[in-house]
Amino acid sequence: MEIIGMGFVAFFMLLGSFLGRILGQFIGTGGDVGGVGLAMLFMVLTVNYLENRGRMFKPRTENGIKFLSALYIPIIVAMAARLNVVGAINGGLVAILAGGVATIGAMFLVPLLSKLKK
Amino acid sequence: MLTDAFNSFAGADHLIISIALVALIMFITKKISIMLGEERIASALAIITGLVLAFIGGKVTGGSSGLADISIFSGAGIGLLGGSMLRDYTIISTAYGVKLKNLKKAGPVGVISLLVGVIFSFIVGSGVAMALGYTDPAEVTTIGAGAVTFIVGPVTGTALGVSSEIIAISVAAGLVKSIMTMVITPFIADLVGLDNPTSAMVYGGLIGTTSGVAGGLAATAPELVPYGAMTATFYTGLGTLIVPSLGFIIIRSILL
Repeated sequence: MEIIGMGFVAFFMLLGSFLGRILGQFIGTGGDVGGVGLAMLFMVLTVNYLENRGRMFKPRTENGIKFLSALYIPIIVAMAARLNVVGAINGGLVAILAGGVATIGAMFLVPLLSKLKK
Repeated sequence: MLTDAFNSFAGADHLIISIALVALIMFITKKISIMLGEERIASALAIITGLVLAFIGGKVTGGSSGLADISIFSGAGIGLLGGSMLRDYTIISTAYGVKLKNLKKAGPVGVISLLVGVIFSFIVGSGVAMALGYTDPAEVTTIGAGAVTFIVGPVTGTALGVSSEIIAISVAAGLVKSIMTMVITPFIADLVGLDNPTSAMVYGGLIGTTSGVAGGLAATAPELVPYGAMTATFYTGLGTLIVPSLGFIIIRSILL
């Protein structure tokens, strides 16, 4: 059933959110720190563990998860639509520089790291 | 009578109206990207459209929540659909397709490039923010996170409780990265030796924006797309894990 796939993701989100909140208290910021990353990490480990033991998800369960994955860009679009863009325009330069320099810099690291393998 | 009916209609089903709006945006941007012959920019176009609508909403209402300040989209509309709850839920679900054996296949060089990639982008982004006068550790961390990807930015910003304006800057930084990657990669490919599976995996791990990497490689050497995407899929997960935690602690210790 599709809802089982959705519940599977929900379980890891709740787990990650709880651990993230512990981390948030620990760091002193409060809130959920790194919970999304923790949830993804535990889900990857669990799915790969199950698959290695030959326990694949049923197609309909999988559909529930894939449905959520397919919604991720549309949700990001909705998120973009509710941000304070008017305020951010004043910070347009920082966005262009931060994104731009990070991209170009990373590209020139490619040959350096590629050599590591040789 | 007709106005009453209209008001009553507009007052209901906010979430459904917002879903329809997002679907319309995705539909139109997909058509435009196909017309341009660049289907892979559809997502970036859709996100930009969202930002433009947020700008219009902000201008019209003078509020700080973009389109969500317009009553028909407010509350359970764009606010819920684009809120952190559903955002995190769908992002986590994307981890389902990640295969650990792919990371093993990418080997140590893949893992190193992932770590270097996230840390490098974060340092550059935070450095730019500090250079341009941002001093609040949570804000600097969020802008640095945006230079990682446009997902890591808002996730970090929400965790650290910064304003919507700073989160919008972080999304914009991530978008600049994604679009620049798509545009520049074909021109820079020869210069950085992007012509074999290893360098493609390194490239995916260093840049990390999945849509940018897939788009850039597709325009350069389509047979390399899976290699770049293989490492790039780990990038956002790694970023959402270490940036708001470790990254914030480091930035805070520098700024305080």
